[in-house]
Amino acid sequence: MVEVIQLLINGILLGSILALGAVGATMIFGVLRFAHFAHGDFMAIGAYFALTVVTVFNMPVLAALPVAMLLTAGLAVGIDQVVYKRIRRVQPVILLISSFATALILRSLIQMIWGSSNQVYETGIQLPWRIGPFVLKPDHLLIFCAAAVLVIGVHLFLTRTRMGKAMRAMSDNMNLALITGIPADRVIMWTWAIGGALAAAAGVFLGMDTRLHPVMGWTLLLPIFAATILGGIGRPYGAIFGGLVIGCAMELSTLVIPGAYKPAVAFAIMVATLILRPQGIIKGAT
Amino acid sequence: MSLLQANGLYAGYGGVDILRGTNLRVEADEIVVIVGPNGAGKSTAMKAVFGLVPIREGEVIYRGDVITNQPPEKMVTRGIAYVPQESNVFPSLSVLENLELGAYALKGDNHERLEKVFAIFPRLKERRHQQAGVMSGGERQMVAMGRALMVDPQLLMLDEPTAGLSPRLIDETIERIAEVNKLGIGVLMVEQNARQALAVAHRGYVLATGENRHEDTGPALLANPEVAEMFLGG
Repeated sequence: MVEVIQLLINGILLGSILALGAVGATMIFGVLRFAHFAHGDFMAIGAYFALTVVTVFNMPVLAALPVAMLLTAGLAVGIDQVVYKRIRRVQPVILLISSFATALILRSLIQMIWGSSNQVYETGIQLPWRIGPFVLKPDHLLIFCAAAVLVIGVHLFLTRTRMGKAMRAMSDNMNLALITGIPADRVIMWTWAIGGALAAAAGVFLGMDTRLHPVMGWTLLLPIFAATILGGIGRPYGAIFGGLVIGCAMELSTLVIPGAYKPAVAFAIMVATLILRPQGIIKGAT
Repeated sequence: MSLLQANGLYAGYGGVDILRGTNLRVEADEIVVIVGPNGAGKSTAMKAVFGLVPIREGEVIYRGDVITNQPPEKMVTRGIAYVPQESNVFPSLSVLENLELGAYALKGDNHERLEKVFAIFPRLKERRHQQAGVMSGGERQMVAMGRALMVDPQLLMLDEPTAGLSPRLIDETIERIAEVNKLGIGVLMVEQNARQALAVAHRGYVLATGENRHEDTGPALLANPEVAEMFLGG
């Protein structure tokens, strides 16, 4: 029992990281109708941006987080303007493939700038707290709280602001949004900015929890897509839920199968969702 | 000066003209109905006027300004609102959010605009926090029209507002449209239920294969035996 609860704690932690990535990916899908394969690499580059801020200015990671989010948001908007915007009118599959190329370019850039070896934000050992039989690192609590703040922020943005409502409207019914006079280009820019910022946060949290390496985001892409699909494609709240479920399932699976198969668990859930309830938990976009 | 005038429109998809010299005119306080068989280009005419289908030849004039092929957001700020036939609400958004987004292109406070729409559709006020996607067809049509009315339009364009509604709701919807028109809003609508629509219309057009066949007052079109035989099912 203790083991299950401990794994659930780890699962919620992984789940919040996945959720942040999945919210952005699902919003991009909702508005632009393509699976963004470079999303994991947005996470990685966000983590490395934070690393630079941490090492150059000698700041704590959490203080570097907003800078990394801002830089990644800018990068996402820039990539959209340079790459995706030109091919938006063609078939979504072309966008998908070009996002794959973008992913490769970003990963290579990371290797060129920061090198290909593992790095950490802080060296030294952080003493975990022991609460009864459970182990919790202070960083974990920090990650969980920061992720919760961001998710609440996204919720407020989507429900309280004009731009947020316009974003949901576009994700709901693109043609009607156009007819209503919602400026599609502005909404798309905001979608990239928010998607990029959330991905950066996910990357930084992942880096805090483990370490930084150039493929850190790419390897999480599958669970992120699984969370997106489970939650209903294009549904931000579904993505949060999906992220938490996939995160917990991946951690709990180590009770019965070797830890190396964690991504396979995400994959299995994704396949099961597509077979049993392809529209996702919350009915998603088609 | 007419509120809207479309002169000799040629428009269509992928180089094929669906409209072939279509003419339309709406005066400021009129209800104008377009009827005609399937594939006549009724919906295409509406979309072309609103800038959703490119016009190859001809021009659209709104209150003296040429607005041919302008993007929808320009149309909205000029005071033209369009309600498409299908999927005309944002299903996952609440009624209130649907209405608010209707006025997205406009500046200023929504409060007064909302009250105006709620005065026409009191039911929407009752159900303003309801998700639009789970409402009945009739209610959804109200949301769609309410959304369009949020821009305080001078011209309201409706593409088959009674499609898929029960006979009772058809009458109610047409009545509402007549009410909206009494507020001084010009209405241009495409309608399958030609009989009811022409009964409240000031003028009507009969369109076939993208060309004007008949143009007359609503009652006169209804009385025209040729029109009756062709499009009204005898």
